Amino acid sequence: MRQVWDFHGGIHPPENKHQSTGQPIRFAGIPTELVLPLAQHIGAPAEPVVAVGDAVLKGQVIASAKGLVSVPVHAPTSGTVVAIEDRPVPQPSGLPGRCIVIHPDGQERWIERKPVADYTALEPAALIALIRDAGIAGMGGAGFPAAVKLHGRPDKVIDTLLINGTECEPYITADDLLMRERASDIVAGIRILQHLVRPTEATLIGIEDNKPEAIEALRNAARGSGIEVVVFPTKYPSGGEKQLIQIVTGREVPSGGLPADIGIVCQNVGTAAAIARAVLHGEPLISRITTVTGEACREQRNYEVLLGTSVQFLLDMSGFEPERLSRLIIGGPMMGYAITDLSVPVVKTTNCILAPTRAELPPPPPAQACIRCGLCSEACPVSLLPQQMYWFARGKEWDKLEAQDLFDCIECGACSYVCPSTIPLVQYYRAGKAEIRKQREEKAKAEHAKQRFEARQARIAQLEAEKEAKRQARLQAAKAPKADRGDTGAEASTDVVAAALARVQAKKASDPAADVIARAQARRAGTDTPESPAAARERLQQNVASAEKRLDAARRKLAEARAENSDKLAAFETAVTNTEARLRQAQEALAALPAPADDAAGSGDAPADIIARAQAKRAAGADAPDAATQRANLEKRLAAAEAKLAAAREQKSDKIDAFETSVTSLREKLASLAPDAENTSVPAPAADPAQDAIARAMAARASRDTLSPGDKAEQAARGLEERLAKARTELDAARADGSDNIAALEDAVAKLADKLERAQRELAERREGAN
Amino acid sequence: MIEWLVANPFAGALIALLALGLPFGALLGFAAVKFRTEGNPIVDQIEALLPQTQCGQCGYPGCRPYAEAIANGEAINRCPPGGESTIAALADLLDVEPLPLDAEEGAGDEKRVAYIREAECIGCTKCIQACPVDAILGAAKHMHTVIVSECTGCDLCVEPCPVDCIEMRPLDTPWSWDLPPPAENLIASDRGRGTTP
Repeated sequence: MRQVWDFHGGIHPPENKHQSTGQPIRFAGIPTELVLPLAQHIGAPAEPVVAVGDAVLKGQVIASAKGLVSVPVHAPTSGTVVAIEDRPVPQPSGLPGRCIVIHPDGQERWIERKPVADYTALEPAALIALIRDAGIAGMGGAGFPAAVKLHGRPDKVIDTLLINGTECEPYITADDLLMRERASDIVAGIRILQHLVRPTEATLIGIEDNKPEAIEALRNAARGSGIEVVVFPTKYPSGGEKQLIQIVTGREVPSGGLPADIGIVCQNVGTAAAIARAVLHGEPLISRITTVTGEACREQRNYEVLLGTSVQFLLDMSGFEPERLSRLIIGGPMMGYAITDLSVPVVKTTNCILAPTRAELPPPPPAQACIRCGLCSEACPVSLLPQQMYWFARGKEWDKLEAQDLFDCIECGACSYVCPSTIPLVQYYRAGKAEIRKQREEKAKAEHAKQRFEARQARIAQLEAEKEAKRQARLQAAKAPKADRGDTGAEASTDVVAAALARVQAKKASDPAADVIARAQARRAGTDTPESPAAARERLQQNVASAEKRLDAARRKLAEARAENSDKLAAFETAVTNTEARLRQAQEALAALPAPADDAAGSGDAPADIIARAQAKRAAGADAPDAATQRANLEKRLAAAEAKLAAAREQKSDKIDAFETSVTSLREKLASLAPDAENTSVPAPAADPAQDAIARAMAARASRDTLSPGDKAEQAARGLEERLAKARTELDAARADGSDNIAALEDAVAKLADKLERAQRELAERREGAN
Repeated sequence: MIEWLVANPFAGALIALLALGLPFGALLGFAAVKFRTEGNPIVDQIEALLPQTQCGQCGYPGCRPYAEAIANGEAINRCPPGGESTIAALADLLDVEPLPLDAEEGAGDEKRVAYIREAECIGCTKCIQACPVDAILGAAKHMHTVIVSECTGCDLCVEPCPVDCIEMRPLDTPWSWDLPPPAENLIASDRGRGTTP
């Protein structure tokens, strides 16, 4: 005999198992409809791989595993998929879940099965994949994917493989009957598990001493295999994984740890049997053994049930008398949960359907005050302090609750069972766990949001810095020729050309560019030899091509600027116009060039003309943008200064005088520049609206702080009116163009009109209120 | 020396205090340099409690500025996304009285995320620029969409939309166990009265 240990606490509720052990397992039959939830296990729900109307065969995959901790779902019998929709599913929340609904055709046509003749020849990874593909999730009640537990970790040597046949919860006998009738399947499954896990010390089956037939059957089946059946006294909850490990090995799983951390892998007997069916017969998990019990059923027994069979169907088979029912429970009386909808299906984890009468399981009496008797802490199998935890949960002191090792609670219900004040203690712990998890998630999300926010701020700051650096560089470049302008226009223009050359060289000129530079240098030196017509044509064609390219780039930049609402919009627009003009010129030049067959005489003149024109233009252009930028800058500064002045006046600051002088001097400067700017050619008027808008916005911002709510509302209404007018013009334009945004714009107009109306109404109310 | 000290107790006391004060002063000065704390650590603690929606509903441009403002004496009840629980946590941290939430509309505990009605979106990118956490995806003249897992529900994208195609939708939270309703604290002889008439 192997030594067995004891764990702290535990209770001895009435077992009530004999009612359902009297008769053998019976196949429940094929119902008219099977409802298969996609989430029958812990982890990510499976994903449907069939469509409504598809014919499916028995054992065919109808939903595939999604992610590592997940298992597929198979068709329990052949038939047709009639729906993929939300249906009531067995879960404590009572919420519906996504299900695949199959109407069986009754022919039970199997998909091609691929039994493995010699699993010892298979790689462990392939065998684990096979178990996962068979859809096997822990059959003990939690439904943790079996394959996940079997992945060996190189740093963890497994010394003991432990098979859980305890079934400690009252009423449930599904594992008991399975062990009695299918012991050989279980042993075959254990051998496969042994092959996978390779326990170095022992393979044990743990069974409570209230199942003598099952013990006998398993001992017979396991004779000579080295698998040992360990029998220990009945006590609830010895079937909990951690409790069973403590009983059989005397070792305790550390808090927050896994059995693998102390060298143990634990699987349920039902899982072992399912693995044997999957590997040796090629049959996926499509049915399970479920106990139907409770005094409200005339016939209490175990059924082999196709997954997806409704609870109603099973109850009808068992002589169910609804009028005697107290409440219907899925699972046992300790850890099960009540359901109200009898159409929920049996899933991979449904080990019991309990239909007790009122006398058998009376509704819980109202909870009374905790009297701190300490019975709960004596009963707790994990040696927690349930009364303290109850207190903290009630006071919503979550951090203190967590400090009481709340997450070690296995929610076995022993504390609630012994509580003389009938406090639903477990519900407090469940709520506490849910709340703490929620807070952890929120914290993680807040941290994530913070990181993203900071990354965005950093990015924006960097962009700003780059923009500023570019602006500075341009300012420098603009200042340099200005300083020299005193001498001659020609020299100034030479400087610009030199700067451009330097820029081009800095940009790692490719060959054509080098050519151009060489030509330009030669030309500047006055040693320009007339080109041959062919060379000129080629060059002009190149010019056209590069101008086209530049135009494209400029247009793209303009679009970007529009999208970003950049303040350089006007500049980009001018750039596009200029580039277009240049392209046209280049094209004209190309057209003007006589055909290659023609005489070479005139050809020398046309390019020279163009060059002269371009140079002249460049010389003229050097001044114009300069004046324009200056003017724009001045305007901007003036607007800012005015805004500051307004603010200073508002606050009665003592700096009013200083601001006033600065505004006056800026105005003078601007006035002196104005005639200049008006003389210059194109860009100045284009720059103006943008600057105006900025100035207006700044002024508005400066004044907005000082407005009363009524004024604000009025301003808002006015703003909306303007926006509405603008939207209408846009709409008209879109209509004229036949643009595809018409519908959106129409909507926008309607919405704006609505908003305006609301704003006006508010304004009117405000005025009334003021009067 | 000793005699002199005994003869002049006043000077002796002065010398003794000076002799104590100098090394301790030096020690404190050294510690002030060696264990200097950069910034205000309370700001970090406050910021850790804020929900990081960066929504600006408190009147500050982001959670960090509001945390700094709280450290400088701003009221703790300006954070609608955080709700009562944040106020309670802040009150706990700063040891002040919790205040009722200062918000125009009653901000529910309900989590919300922005939703772009994509058929109506004209691709103006205004919402993308407004989003403080880069949770909106899209390009100019192309439809935009919200990355739900990144959205903090701050509302900042709703206002800039020119066609009003953004709305805030409640995020469905997974079901979880609730605390049992508060016990009625019946005495034993009352047992059953509450349940059966």
